[in-house]
Amino acid sequence: MTRWITFWWAIAILLAGLASAQELRVPAKVEAGTAFSVPTSGSGDAMLYIIGPGDALERKVHLGEEIAFEADDLHNAGHYLAILSGSASQSTQFDVVASNQPASLSFFAKPSRLAVNRPNGISGVTYIFDVFGNLVLKPEEISFRLSDATGGVQSHNATSRDGVAWVQLNSAPKAGPAHFEASLSGVQATRIVQEVPGEPCSIRMTAKPSKDQRVLLQTDPVRDCNGNPVPDGTIVSFTERHEGRVSTVDVPLKRSVAETELPAVSGATITVASGVVLGNEIRWGGR
Amino acid sequence: MGWPMRKGSSISLAAIVAIVAGALLVSASTEPTVKVAPMDSVGPREVEDQTRTSIIRDYLAGWKAMDAAFSQNRPDLLDSAFVGKAREKLTGTIQEQQKLGIETSYQAESHDIKVVFYSPDGLSIQLLDNVVYEVNVKKQGQSIGTSHVSTRYVTVLSPTETKWKVRIFQGGTQ
Repeated sequence: MTRWITFWWAIAILLAGLASAQELRVPAKVEAGTAFSVPTSGSGDAMLYIIGPGDALERKVHLGEEIAFEADDLHNAGHYLAILSGSASQSTQFDVVASNQPASLSFFAKPSRLAVNRPNGISGVTYIFDVFGNLVLKPEEISFRLSDATGGVQSHNATSRDGVAWVQLNSAPKAGPAHFEASLSGVQATRIVQEVPGEPCSIRMTAKPSKDQRVLLQTDPVRDCNGNPVPDGTIVSFTERHEGRVSTVDVPLKRSVAETELPAVSGATITVASGVVLGNEIRWGGR
Repeated sequence: MGWPMRKGSSISLAAIVAIVAGALLVSASTEPTVKVAPMDSVGPREVEDQTRTSIIRDYLAGWKAMDAAFSQNRPDLLDSAFVGKAREKLTGTIQEQQKLGIETSYQAESHDIKVVFYSPDGLSIQLLDNVVYEVNVKKQGQSIGTSHVSTRYVTVLSPTETKWKVRIFQGGTQ
Protein backbone atom coordinates (compact mmCIF):
# COMPACT_ATOMS: atom_id res chain seq x y z
CA MET A 1 0.00 0.00 0.00
CA THR A 2 2.78 2.42 1.02
CA ARG A 3 4.60 1.56 -2.22
CA TRP A 4 1.55 2.50 -4.29
CA ILE A 5 1.18 5.84 -2.52
CA THR A 6 4.87 6.63 -3.10
CA PHE A 7 4.55 5.65 -6.79
CA TRP A 8 1.53 7.90 -7.41
CA TRP A 9 3.19 10.80 -5.57
CA ALA A 10 6.22 10.43 -7.83
CA ILE A 11 3.98 10.45 -10.93
CA ALA A 12 2.15 13.55 -9.67
CA ILE A 13 5.42 15.41 -9.03
CA LEU A 14 6.73 14.45 -12.47
CA LEU A 15 3.56 15.67 -14.18
CA ALA A 16 3.65 18.92 -12.22
CA GLY A 17 7.27 19.37 -13.26
CA LEU A 18 6.40 18.79 -16.90
CA ALA A 19 3.56 21.27 -16.69
CA SER A 20 5.85 24.02 -15.46
CA ALA A 21 8.85 23.02 -17.64
CA GLN A 22 10.65 26.04 -19.07
CA GLU A 23 11.49 26.25 -22.69
CA LEU A 24 13.41 29.07 -24.31
CA ARG A 25 13.19 29.62 -28.04
CA VAL A 26 15.30 32.63 -29.09
CA PRO A 27 15.75 33.37 -32.83
CA ALA A 28 19.19 32.19 -33.96
CA LYS A 29 19.85 35.58 -35.54
CA VAL A 30 18.47 39.01 -34.72
CA GLU A 31 19.19 42.17 -36.71
CA ALA A 32 20.54 44.96 -34.53
CA GLY A 33 17.92 47.52 -33.61
CA THR A 34 14.91 45.42 -34.54
CA ALA A 35 12.12 44.28 -32.25
CA PHE A 36 11.81 40.57 -31.59
CA SER A 37 10.04 38.27 -29.20
CA VAL A 38 10.89 35.12 -27.33
CA PRO A 39 8.07 32.67 -26.64
CA THR A 40 8.29 30.74 -23.38
CA SER A 41 6.45 27.79 -22.04
CA GLY A 42 5.78 26.49 -18.57
CA SER A 43 4.34 28.39 -15.69
CA GLY A 44 5.54 30.58 -12.87
CA ASP A 45 8.02 33.42 -12.77
CA ALA A 46 11.63 33.45 -13.91
CA MET A 47 14.39 35.89 -14.83
CA LEU A 48 15.75 36.12 -18.35
CA TYR A 49 19.29 37.36 -18.85
CA ILE A 50 20.74 38.36 -22.22
CA ILE A 51 24.49 38.45 -21.77
CA GLY A 52 27.37 39.13 -24.14
CA PRO A 53 30.36 41.43 -24.51
CA GLY A 54 28.04 43.82 -26.37
CA ASP A 55 25.21 44.12 -23.86
CA ALA A 56 23.72 42.86 -20.62
CA LEU A 57 19.94 42.79 -20.04
CA GLU A 58 17.70 41.38 -17.34
CA ARG A 59 13.92 40.75 -17.67
CA LYS A 60 11.40 39.37 -15.22
CA VAL A 61 9.21 36.96 -17.17
CA HIS A 62 6.01 35.03 -16.63
CA LEU A 63 6.58 31.63 -18.14
CA GLY A 64 4.09 30.76 -20.81
CA GLU A 65 4.00 34.35 -22.05
CA GLU A 66 5.95 35.90 -24.87
CA ILE A 67 8.84 38.20 -23.97
CA ALA A 68 8.93 41.24 -26.23
CA PHE A 69 12.13 43.14 -26.97
CA GLU A 70 11.81 46.65 -28.37
CA ALA A 71 13.85 47.90 -31.33
CA ASP A 72 16.23 49.78 -29.07
CA ASP A 73 16.84 46.99 -26.57
CA LEU A 74 19.64 45.15 -28.33
CA HIS A 75 21.72 46.98 -30.89
CA ASN A 76 25.31 45.87 -30.47
CA ALA A 77 26.24 43.08 -32.87
CA GLY A 78 27.76 40.03 -31.24
CA HIS A 79 27.22 36.59 -29.82
CA TYR A 80 24.87 36.43 -26.84
CA LEU A 81 23.70 33.99 -24.21
CA ALA A 82 20.08 33.90 -23.14
CA ILE A 83 19.75 32.44 -19.68
CA LEU A 84 16.40 31.67 -18.13
CA SER A 85 16.90 31.45 -14.41
CA GLY A 86 14.08 30.01 -12.34
CA SER A 87 13.25 26.69 -10.74
CA ALA A 88 15.33 25.06 -13.48
CA SER A 89 17.82 27.13 -15.42
CA GLN A 90 18.06 26.95 -19.16
CA SER A 91 20.25 28.72 -21.64
CA THR A 92 20.65 29.17 -25.35
CA GLN A 93 22.83 31.24 -27.67
CA PHE A 94 22.11 33.59 -30.54
CA ASP A 95 23.72 36.27 -32.69
CA VAL A 96 22.84 39.91 -33.09
CA VAL A 97 23.99 40.96 -36.56
CA ALA A 98 24.68 44.42 -37.95
CA SER A 99 21.82 46.30 -39.53
CA ASN A 100 21.48 45.80 -43.29
CA GLN A 101 21.65 49.54 -43.89
CA PRO A 102 25.15 51.09 -43.81
CA ALA A 103 25.06 54.43 -42.04
CA SER A 104 28.64 55.67 -41.75
CA LEU A 105 32.12 55.16 -43.10
CA SER A 106 35.43 55.37 -41.29
CA PHE A 107 37.60 56.60 -44.12
CA PHE A 108 41.38 56.77 -43.82
CA ALA A 109 43.14 58.59 -46.65
CA LYS A 110 46.93 58.48 -46.42
CA PRO A 111 49.16 60.31 -46.67
CA SER A 112 47.52 63.69 -46.14
CA ARG A 113 50.34 65.36 -48.09
CA LEU A 114 52.47 63.92 -50.86
CA ALA A 115 54.41 64.86 -53.96
CA VAL A 116 52.77 64.93 -57.37
CA ASN A 117 52.99 62.06 -59.85
CA ARG A 118 53.47 59.21 -57.37
CA PRO A 119 52.05 55.93 -58.71
CA ASN A 120 49.79 54.30 -56.09
CA GLY A 121 50.93 57.00 -53.71
CA ILE A 122 47.51 57.59 -52.12
CA SER A 123 45.69 54.87 -50.22
CA GLY A 124 42.09 54.91 -49.09
CA VAL A 125 40.75 52.42 -46.56
CA THR A 126 37.16 52.46 -45.43
CA TYR A 127 35.34 50.49 -42.75
CA ILE A 128 31.55 50.33 -43.06
CA PHE A 129 29.30 50.72 -40.02
CA ASP A 130 25.59 50.64 -39.39
CA VAL A 131 23.76 53.28 -37.37
CA PHE A 132 24.73 51.53 -34.12
CA GLY A 133 28.45 51.43 -34.91
CA ASN A 134 28.46 47.74 -35.84
CA LEU A 135 30.79 46.66 -38.61
CA VAL A 136 28.68 45.70 -41.64
CA LEU A 137 30.15 42.38 -42.72
CA LYS A 138 28.08 41.67 -45.82
CA PRO A 139 29.74 42.76 -49.09
CA GLU A 140 29.05 46.35 -50.12
CA GLU A 141 30.12 48.23 -53.26
CA ILE A 142 32.21 51.25 -52.30
CA SER A 143 32.95 53.98 -54.81
CA PHE A 144 36.26 55.83 -54.42
CA ARG A 145 36.79 59.10 -56.28
CA LEU A 146 39.87 61.34 -56.27
CA SER A 147 39.41 64.80 -57.86
CA ASP A 148 42.59 66.84 -58.26
CA ALA A 149 43.05 70.59 -58.38
CA THR A 150 42.83 70.76 -62.18
CA GLY A 151 39.56 68.83 -62.35
CA GLY A 152 41.11 65.48 -63.21
CA VAL A 153 39.26 62.54 -61.67
CA GLN A 154 40.29 59.01 -60.86
CA SER A 155 37.55 56.66 -59.72
CA HIS A 156 37.55 53.07 -58.62
CA ASN A 157 34.91 50.73 -57.19
CA ALA A 158 35.78 48.11 -54.60
CA THR A 159 33.68 45.46 -52.90
CA SER A 160 34.04 45.31 -49.16
CA ARG A 161 35.10 42.12 -47.48
CA ASP A 162 34.40 41.59 -43.78
CA GLY A 163 33.50 45.24 -43.51
CA VAL A 164 36.52 46.82 -45.18
CA ALA A 165 37.29 48.08 -48.70
CA TRP A 166 40.43 49.78 -49.93
CA VAL A 167 42.05 51.36 -52.96
CA GLN A 168 45.38 52.82 -54.09
CA LEU A 169 45.47 55.73 -56.52
CA ASN A 170 48.11 57.92 -58.19
CA SER A 171 48.79 61.47 -57.18
CA ALA A 172 48.04 64.00 -59.94
CA PRO A 173 50.72 65.70 -62.09
CA LYS A 174 49.59 69.15 -60.96
CA ALA A 175 49.94 70.36 -57.39
CA GLY A 176 46.99 71.43 -55.25
CA PRO A 177 44.38 70.07 -52.90
CA ALA A 178 42.67 66.87 -54.05
CA HIS A 179 39.26 65.78 -52.77
CA PHE A 180 39.21 62.08 -51.96
CA GLU A 181 35.74 60.64 -51.46
CA ALA A 182 34.43 57.22 -50.48
CA SER A 183 30.70 56.60 -50.88
CA LEU A 184 27.97 54.00 -50.98
CA SER A 185 24.20 54.30 -51.14
CA GLY A 186 23.92 57.84 -49.85
CA VAL A 187 26.69 57.56 -47.28
CA GLN A 188 29.91 59.36 -48.02
CA ALA A 189 33.10 60.60 -46.44
CA THR A 190 35.57 63.08 -47.93
CA ARG A 191 39.19 63.80 -47.10
CA ILE A 192 41.56 66.40 -48.51
CA VAL A 193 44.93 65.26 -49.76
CA GLN A 194 47.48 67.99 -50.43
CA GLU A 195 49.42 67.18 -53.58
CA VAL A 196 52.60 69.22 -53.50
CA PRO A 197 55.36 69.78 -56.07
CA GLY A 198 58.19 67.30 -56.16
CA GLU A 199 61.91 68.00 -56.01
CA PRO A 200 63.28 70.77 -58.28
CA CYS A 201 63.85 69.49 -61.77
CA SER A 202 66.70 71.89 -62.57
CA ILE A 203 68.09 75.18 -61.27
CA ARG A 204 69.50 78.03 -63.29
CA MET A 205 71.03 81.15 -61.80
CA THR A 206 72.30 84.43 -63.19
CA ALA A 207 74.91 86.78 -61.67
CA LYS A 208 75.40 90.55 -61.96
CA PRO A 209 77.58 93.09 -60.18
CA SER A 210 76.14 94.77 -57.14
CA LYS A 211 77.37 97.62 -54.97
CA ASP A 212 80.28 97.35 -52.51
CA GLN A 213 82.28 94.81 -54.51
CA ARG A 214 79.57 92.17 -54.30
CA VAL A 215 77.84 89.98 -56.85
CA LEU A 216 74.05 89.54 -56.94
CA LEU A 217 72.96 85.95 -57.56
CA GLN A 218 69.40 85.10 -58.53
CA THR A 219 67.75 81.88 -59.70
CA ASP A 220 65.06 81.57 -62.33
CA PRO A 221 61.72 80.37 -60.87
CA VAL A 222 62.41 76.87 -59.54
CA ARG A 223 59.97 74.20 -60.72
CA ASP A 224 59.58 70.43 -60.46
CA CYS A 225 59.68 68.21 -63.51
CA ASN A 226 55.91 68.68 -64.02
CA GLY A 227 56.19 72.46 -64.12
CA ASN A 228 54.81 73.00 -60.60
CA PRO A 229 56.53 75.81 -58.69
CA VAL A 230 58.60 74.34 -55.88
CA PRO A 231 57.17 75.54 -52.52
CA ASP A 232 58.52 78.69 -50.93
CA GLY A 233 60.87 77.91 -48.09
CA THR A 234 62.69 75.18 -49.99
CA ILE A 235 66.39 75.78 -49.35
CA VAL A 236 68.73 76.69 -52.19
CA SER A 237 72.49 76.73 -51.51
CA PHE A 238 74.91 79.12 -53.27
CA THR A 239 78.60 78.17 -52.95
CA GLU A 240 81.63 80.31 -53.90
CA ARG A 241 85.08 78.71 -54.20
CA HIS A 242 88.34 80.58 -54.68
CA GLU A 243 91.90 79.47 -53.99
CA GLY A 244 90.76 76.77 -51.57
CA ARG A 245 88.36 78.97 -49.68
CA VAL A 246 84.69 78.00 -49.70
CA SER A 247 81.73 80.21 -48.74
CA THR A 248 78.17 78.84 -48.71
CA VAL A 249 74.91 80.69 -48.26
CA ASP A 250 71.57 78.85 -47.77
CA VAL A 251 68.58 80.82 -48.97
CA PRO A 252 64.88 79.86 -48.83
CA LEU A 253 62.85 80.21 -52.00
CA LYS A 254 60.59 83.22 -52.01
CA ARG A 255 57.96 83.35 -54.75
CA SER A 256 59.83 80.43 -56.35
CA VAL A 257 63.05 82.45 -56.61
CA ALA A 258 66.20 82.41 -54.45
CA GLU A 259 68.41 85.49 -54.30
CA THR A 260 71.58 86.41 -52.40
CA GLU A 261 74.84 88.37 -52.59
CA LEU A 262 78.38 87.06 -52.29
CA PRO A 263 81.73 88.89 -52.38
CA ALA A 264 82.73 89.64 -55.95
CA VAL A 265 86.03 87.79 -56.11
CA SER A 266 87.64 87.74 -59.49
CA GLY A 267 88.22 84.14 -60.65
CA ALA A 268 85.83 82.61 -58.10
CA THR A 269 83.57 79.72 -59.10
CA ILE A 270 79.96 79.96 -57.97
CA THR A 271 77.56 76.99 -57.95
CA VAL A 272 73.92 76.54 -56.96
CA ALA A 273 72.09 73.47 -55.66
CA SER A 274 68.92 72.36 -53.88
CA GLY A 275 68.81 68.95 -52.28
CA VAL A 276 70.40 66.55 -54.74
CA VAL A 277 69.80 68.79 -57.74
CA LEU A 278 72.81 70.77 -59.01
CA GLY A 279 72.33 73.93 -61.05
CA ASN A 280 74.66 75.79 -63.38
CA GLU A 281 78.16 77.06 -62.54
CA ILE A 282 79.45 80.63 -63.02
CA ARG A 283 83.07 81.82 -63.10
CA TRP A 284 83.10 85.45 -61.92
CA GLY A 285 85.32 87.88 -63.80
CA GLY A 286 87.47 85.03 -64.97
CA ARG A 287 91.08 85.63 -65.81
CA MET B 1 81.55 22.41 -11.13
CA GLY B 2 78.32 23.52 -9.61
CA TRP B 3 76.95 25.23 -6.58
CA PRO B 4 77.97 23.40 -3.31
CA MET B 5 74.91 21.64 -1.94
CA ARG B 6 74.02 19.74 1.23
CA LYS B 7 71.58 16.80 1.24
CA GLY B 8 68.84 18.83 2.90
CA SER B 9 69.11 21.61 0.36
CA SER B 10 68.95 19.15 -2.54
CA ILE B 11 65.61 17.89 -1.21
CA SER B 12 64.39 21.48 -0.90
CA LEU B 13 65.52 22.21 -4.43
CA ALA B 14 63.72 19.13 -5.73
CA ALA B 15 60.59 20.26 -3.94
CA ILE B 16 60.87 23.76 -5.43
CA VAL B 17 61.43 22.32 -8.91
CA ALA B 18 58.37 20.12 -8.46
CA ILE B 19 56.26 23.04 -7.27
CA VAL B 20 57.41 25.27 -10.12
CA ALA B 21 56.83 22.50 -12.66
CA GLY B 22 53.40 21.88 -11.18
CA ALA B 23 52.57 25.56 -11.32
CA LEU B 24 53.72 25.73 -14.92
CA LEU B 25 51.58 22.72 -15.81
CA VAL B 26 48.57 24.27 -14.13
CA SER B 27 49.12 27.60 -15.85
CA ALA B 28 49.75 25.85 -19.16
CA SER B 29 46.47 23.99 -18.85
CA THR B 30 44.53 27.26 -18.49
CA GLU B 31 46.15 28.87 -21.53
CA PRO B 32 44.12 28.59 -24.72
CA THR B 33 45.49 26.71 -27.68
CA VAL B 34 46.33 29.14 -30.46
CA LYS B 35 46.52 28.36 -34.16
CA VAL B 36 47.57 31.11 -36.54
CA ALA B 37 47.25 30.83 -40.32
CA PRO B 38 50.29 31.85 -42.38
CA MET B 39 50.38 35.57 -43.13
CA ASP B 40 52.41 35.43 -46.35
CA SER B 41 49.50 36.24 -48.63
CA VAL B 42 47.83 38.89 -46.46
CA GLY B 43 47.47 42.12 -48.37
CA PRO B 44 47.77 44.75 -49.48
CA ARG B 45 50.71 45.43 -47.15
CA GLU B 46 53.23 42.77 -46.24
CA VAL B 47 53.10 41.75 -42.58
CA GLU B 48 56.60 42.14 -41.15
CA ASP B 49 57.95 39.47 -38.78
CA GLN B 50 57.83 41.75 -35.75
CA THR B 51 54.24 42.72 -36.56
CA ARG B 52 53.22 39.05 -36.89
CA THR B 53 54.40 38.35 -33.38
CA SER B 54 53.08 41.49 -31.74
CA ILE B 55 49.66 41.45 -33.38
CA ILE B 56 48.87 37.97 -32.07
CA ARG B 57 50.37 38.69 -28.63
CA ASP B 58 48.37 41.91 -28.26
CA TYR B 59 45.14 40.39 -29.55
CA LEU B 60 45.35 37.49 -27.09
CA ALA B 61 46.13 40.00 -24.33
CA GLY B 62 42.85 41.65 -25.31
CA TRP B 63 40.91 38.49 -24.42
CA LYS B 64 42.61 38.32 -21.05
CA ALA B 65 41.91 41.99 -20.41
CA MET B 66 38.27 41.47 -21.35
CA ASP B 67 37.96 38.49 -19.02
CA ALA B 68 39.53 40.45 -16.15
CA ALA B 69 37.40 43.54 -16.79
CA PHE B 70 34.10 41.64 -17.09
CA SER B 71 34.71 39.29 -14.17
CA GLN B 72 35.61 42.19 -11.86
CA ASN B 73 33.33 44.80 -13.46
CA ARG B 74 36.30 47.11 -13.93
CA PRO B 75 36.21 48.99 -17.26
CA ASP B 76 39.66 50.47 -16.54
CA LEU B 77 41.17 47.02 -17.16
CA LEU B 78 40.17 47.36 -20.81
CA ASP B 79 42.47 50.33 -21.35
CA SER B 80 45.59 48.24 -21.87
CA ALA B 81 44.15 46.43 -24.87
CA PHE B 82 41.13 48.28 -26.32
CA VAL B 83 40.55 51.68 -27.90
CA GLY B 84 37.81 53.48 -29.78
CA LYS B 85 34.51 51.77 -30.55
CA ALA B 86 35.55 48.46 -28.98
CA ARG B 87 36.42 50.07 -25.66
CA GLU B 88 33.27 52.21 -25.66
CA LYS B 89 31.00 49.22 -26.28
CA LEU B 90 32.68 46.93 -23.78
CA THR B 91 32.71 49.68 -21.17
CA GLY B 92 28.98 50.21 -21.72
CA THR B 93 28.31 46.52 -21.15
CA ILE B 94 30.35 46.44 -17.94
CA GLN B 95 28.37 49.41 -16.67
CA GLU B 96 25.16 47.48 -17.42
CA GLN B 97 26.56 44.47 -15.57
CA GLN B 98 27.31 46.67 -12.56
CA LYS B 99 23.72 47.92 -12.48
CA LEU B 100 22.38 44.36 -12.65
CA GLY B 101 24.84 42.91 -10.13
CA ILE B 102 26.23 40.54 -12.72
CA GLU B 103 29.79 39.43 -13.42
CA THR B 104 30.85 37.32 -16.38
CA SER B 105 34.04 35.45 -17.10
CA TYR B 106 35.23 34.66 -20.59
CA GLN B 107 37.76 31.82 -20.51
CA ALA B 108 39.14 31.27 -23.99
CA GLU B 109 39.93 27.63 -24.74
CA SER B 110 41.14 27.90 -28.31
CA HIS B 111 41.77 30.49 -30.99
CA ASP B 112 42.02 29.80 -34.71
CA ILE B 113 43.27 33.12 -36.09
CA LYS B 114 43.56 34.32 -39.66
CA VAL B 115 44.83 37.78 -40.54
CA VAL B 116 42.83 38.93 -43.57
CA PHE B 117 43.76 42.56 -44.15
CA TYR B 118 46.70 44.84 -43.42
CA SER B 119 46.08 48.36 -44.67
CA PRO B 120 48.55 49.98 -47.11
CA ASP B 121 49.31 52.72 -44.56
CA GLY B 122 49.97 50.17 -41.80
CA LEU B 123 47.36 51.77 -39.56
CA SER B 124 44.93 48.90 -39.27
CA ILE B 125 45.05 45.14 -39.36
CA GLN B 126 42.03 42.88 -39.43
CA LEU B 127 41.81 39.33 -38.21
CA LEU B 128 39.16 36.64 -37.98
CA ASP B 129 39.20 34.32 -35.01
CA ASN B 130 37.21 31.11 -34.70
CA VAL B 131 37.27 31.05 -30.95
CA VAL B 132 35.98 28.60 -28.37
CA TYR B 133 35.37 29.87 -24.86
CA GLU B 134 33.53 29.20 -21.65
CA VAL B 135 31.23 31.87 -20.28
CA ASN B 136 30.25 31.84 -16.63
CA VAL B 137 27.60 34.32 -15.53
CA LYS B 138 27.27 35.18 -11.84
CA LYS B 139 24.61 37.19 -10.10
CA GLN B 140 25.59 38.45 -6.67
CA GLY B 141 28.41 35.92 -6.64
CA GLN B 142 26.19 32.93 -7.48
CA SER B 143 26.55 31.22 -10.84
CA ILE B 144 23.34 31.51 -12.86
CA GLY B 145 24.62 29.93 -16.03
CA THR B 146 27.60 28.52 -17.81
CA SER B 147 27.90 28.03 -21.54
CA HIS B 148 30.40 26.64 -23.94
CA VAL B 149 30.60 28.96 -26.94
CA SER B 150 32.04 28.47 -30.39
CA THR B 151 31.82 31.52 -32.62
CA ARG B 152 33.76 33.85 -34.87
CA TYR B 153 35.16 37.24 -33.95
CA VAL B 154 36.04 39.96 -36.42
CA THR B 155 38.68 42.21 -34.94
CA VAL B 156 40.48 45.30 -36.16
CA LEU B 157 43.61 46.44 -34.36
CA SER B 158 45.51 49.66 -34.78
CA PRO B 159 48.96 50.65 -33.56
CA THR B 160 49.34 52.89 -30.52
CA GLU B 161 52.51 54.25 -28.91
CA THR B 162 53.76 50.90 -27.66
CA LYS B 163 51.45 48.16 -28.85
CA TRP B 164 48.55 47.18 -31.06
CA LYS B 165 45.13 47.76 -29.54
CA VAL B 166 41.74 46.35 -30.46
CA ARG B 167 39.57 48.99 -32.13
CA ILE B 168 36.73 46.81 -33.44
CA PHE B 169 35.70 43.61 -31.65
CA GLN B 170 32.60 41.94 -32.97
CA GLY B 171 31.42 38.37 -32.41
CA GLY B 172 28.91 36.25 -34.25
CA THR B 173 28.15 35.78 -37.91
CA GLN B 174 26.52 38.20 -40.31
